[in-house]
Amino acid sequence: MTSEINTTLAQWSELFMYLAAITYTVAFLAFAWDVAANSRATLKAENEAELEPEKELVGAGAPAKARASVKNINSVRVSSTEQGTGARGMGYKKSAEAKLAGHVADSSMRWGTSTERRPAARVAVVVLAIGAVIHLAAVLSRGIAAHRVPWGNMYEFCTTGALIVTAVYLITLIFRDVRFVGVLVSGLAVLMMCAATIGFPTPLGHLKPALQTYWIWIHVSIAVLASGIFTITFAMAILQLLQTKREKAILSGETPKWNFMRLVPSSQALENFSFRLNAVAFVMWTFTIIAGAIWAEKAWGRYWGWDTKEVWSFVIWVVYAAYLHARATRGWSGPRSAWLSIAGYCCILFNFGVVNVFFQGLHSYSGL
Amino acid sequence: MANTEKDAPALGPLGMLRWAWTQLTKMSTAMFLLLMLAVAAVPGSVYPQRIQDPTRVTDYIETHPTWGPIADKLQLFDVFSSFWFAAIYLLLFISLIGCVLPRAKKHWESMRKPPARTPKRLDRLPVHRTLTFPTEESGLSPQQAMEDARAILKKRGYRVDIRTEHGFTSVAAERGYLREIGNILFHTAMIGVLIGVAVGALFGYKGQKILVEGDTHVNSLISYDSFTPGTNYNPDWLEPYSVTLDKFTVEYDRQEDSPSYGDDISYAADLTFTDSKGKDQKQTLKVNEPVRVQGSNLYLSGNGYAPIIKVEDGEGNVAFEGPVVGLPTGDPNYTSSIVLKIPDSSPDQLGFVGMFLPTGDYAATKAPVSIDAAPLNPTLVLQSYYGDLGLDDGTPQNVYVLDTATLNPLNTMAMGNGIVLTEEANQAELPGNRGTITFEGYKRYVGLDVQYDPGQGLVLVSALLVFGGLIISLFVPRRRVWVTAQETQIDGTKAIEVEYGLLARGEDPRLVLEADKLTDIFADRWGLEFGED
Repeated sequence: MTSEINTTLAQWSELFMYLAAITYTVAFLAFAWDVAANSRATLKAENEAELEPEKELVGAGAPAKARASVKNINSVRVSSTEQGTGARGMGYKKSAEAKLAGHVADSSMRWGTSTERRPAARVAVVVLAIGAVIHLAAVLSRGIAAHRVPWGNMYEFCTTGALIVTAVYLITLIFRDVRFVGVLVSGLAVLMMCAATIGFPTPLGHLKPALQTYWIWIHVSIAVLASGIFTITFAMAILQLLQTKREKAILSGETPKWNFMRLVPSSQALENFSFRLNAVAFVMWTFTIIAGAIWAEKAWGRYWGWDTKEVWSFVIWVVYAAYLHARATRGWSGPRSAWLSIAGYCCILFNFGVVNVFFQGLHSYSGL
Repeated sequence: MANTEKDAPALGPLGMLRWAWTQLTKMSTAMFLLLMLAVAAVPGSVYPQRIQDPTRVTDYIETHPTWGPIADKLQLFDVFSSFWFAAIYLLLFISLIGCVLPRAKKHWESMRKPPARTPKRLDRLPVHRTLTFPTEESGLSPQQAMEDARAILKKRGYRVDIRTEHGFTSVAAERGYLREIGNILFHTAMIGVLIGVAVGALFGYKGQKILVEGDTHVNSLISYDSFTPGTNYNPDWLEPYSVTLDKFTVEYDRQEDSPSYGDDISYAADLTFTDSKGKDQKQTLKVNEPVRVQGSNLYLSGNGYAPIIKVEDGEGNVAFEGPVVGLPTGDPNYTSSIVLKIPDSSPDQLGFVGMFLPTGDYAATKAPVSIDAAPLNPTLVLQSYYGDLGLDDGTPQNVYVLDTATLNPLNTMAMGNGIVLTEEANQAELPGNRGTITFEGYKRYVGLDVQYDPGQGLVLVSALLVFGGLIISLFVPRRRVWVTAQETQIDGTKAIEVEYGLLARGEDPRLVLEADKLTDIFADRWGLEFGED
């Protein structure tokens, strides 16, 4: 016998979902405020710097040495140098790097490298974390109310997906100062929550027989997690493109626009970091496809049948495979690889939003 | 002779081949082919595909009389078996082989060679460190320091070698040979997936069978409703067994306040298998729980109702009696369409078309509708026709479609004498002494998919190797370390300078951490203490 659905808890879950969406909106606004405030602050700093051009030059050369983990004591002398890693990850030449130094954030993205005070960003992170806790309560209570995984239809994919995006972002924040993508990530989380609550509201029900198997745990959870990481690298790819354009302007001696981009690391650092995230997410996506194929064999009698969802999962896999290869291909790193990352994410959005709702196929679990 | 060569700049056939090979195995070509493959797959989701739903393809061609046939010529309805899709993936696989083979050879050689030559200047390497410390007390010699470094690196999984090049002695170390093996494994296993898919397409089969409760399916070609053998599959190879559907059970959501009230929650088909020796075995078939029988697999792919109908003709003979498979119309309450053709009745052939409603209800509308998926009030709503069914001339017909255009109506909703049969009122007279129809109950039926895919195991193993290879090739770092030591002086006292440089091959974001780790281990070995700056 299937356990009964706890409808009271389900209603609480829906209420918490709205609360989480509102909290995320506040976090988004705070992140946006941070960007705006920094736009002004950096303008001010720039004006001051123009008065004291010498000062900035000194600052420009310094970070390269200061950040190296030099350990020094009376009798032991240690010196160290490091550049980017990987064949294509070397980045700009020292001279170019020095030119960019004041205009982009530290490429290690470690905490404590910048002394700038960003109260709005602090508030944003705290509010986002509070939102995530409320959101977690909402998702968990939905799952508990129905005694099943909370990812059985579009509403649930969206809400769980948004939670994963926020969680991945908050976990990344523990290790790296990636507040610069906050606007984009919290914005996307808000969009996903709106899509769920306005676009695909679905009352809590039992799963269809086809979904009642432990494979939904394995297949869907990893798919949602991978999509969450791809969301963050998508945001980084956009920033990378903007930053590349800006760096070009700076290197050719123009006054850079978009002052808030000063909070964002160099395009090279963004590319390196999102490559690492994308590599992890690609492994997860490969797993999703293999687990999906094993499940498909159990449920539908064939491991692969070019169902629309399968076609698009394949397309996504191929696009990100191309992305991974791009790094080892001459002329394909930099903006082109960012575009591949964006194209891959568009395919994910399409696979999720359009295929689930408008296309006929075996994966029609939208609940609409 | 030399002149003729100069005069012939055109490439010979061999030269052309070599040129084509070089172009094809280029990384940028592989990139291009990969992106082409992604783009080429897209029409497979836009256009209906024959492998999934041939009826939708036929409908599409009928509704698009101009574009439809052209699209068909372009194989847009068979994208994944089209010549252009095959061309792309075959080129891609050739390119892949052309890439992997030389790399495998190169890696095989590099694995048997000592670590790479020491660069002239270690400070040019991406990560470079120097440790300078006095050796008055310890008396550490550069040779000993390098011996220590060699031992430390060896312990950390590096292959090590001490050599003298460019006039100085150094330790060369390299680790992570597995990374390239993973890379080669990943790409080779992709070929395994392709071969597995091909084996399945050549030597497998799939069949469909609708099985009503109490009926038996004998595993032979003639018993299947549809059967698609692989290109090289001989239906004589079908394993002789039979399967009987004893009972099909559906569980419904009966929680009053549940939003999914009335929905199907679970299905279970109780089957009896009889093998060629006549031995019986009972098994339960469920969604997601296929039954494996003698090499092939049985899947529960659908279910529905089959009302039992008895028709007596105008002369009192039983012209038909038995379950009629109703096709669910897609409504969650299992409204199922019924078509019954009775050629053996007199004075006229009879045809019935209508709906079976598991829970018929008049409350909302004039015509009864089904308000629940469970058989709470089984109702049969039919219109009847008489005339020539067109079956006698041998033209094949769809059993689920009745062409009423050439028939004369007997009972229709429009005429106000449509037949509505329930468990209580289960019989109706056909006008003009053409007989009676009786609704005798219902049976459940299941849609069985039977599948045999001998390539499946190879695909699974290859896919797992792809996955393993991918993880290894992305996350096992390939690193080279060179260490050299020489005597020096600090403020006039004897000291030693240990210099080491690290180089990553491929992505290695943790190279700096490795350098830090080495610094710590060296410091530990030589009794150095660092203070915070």
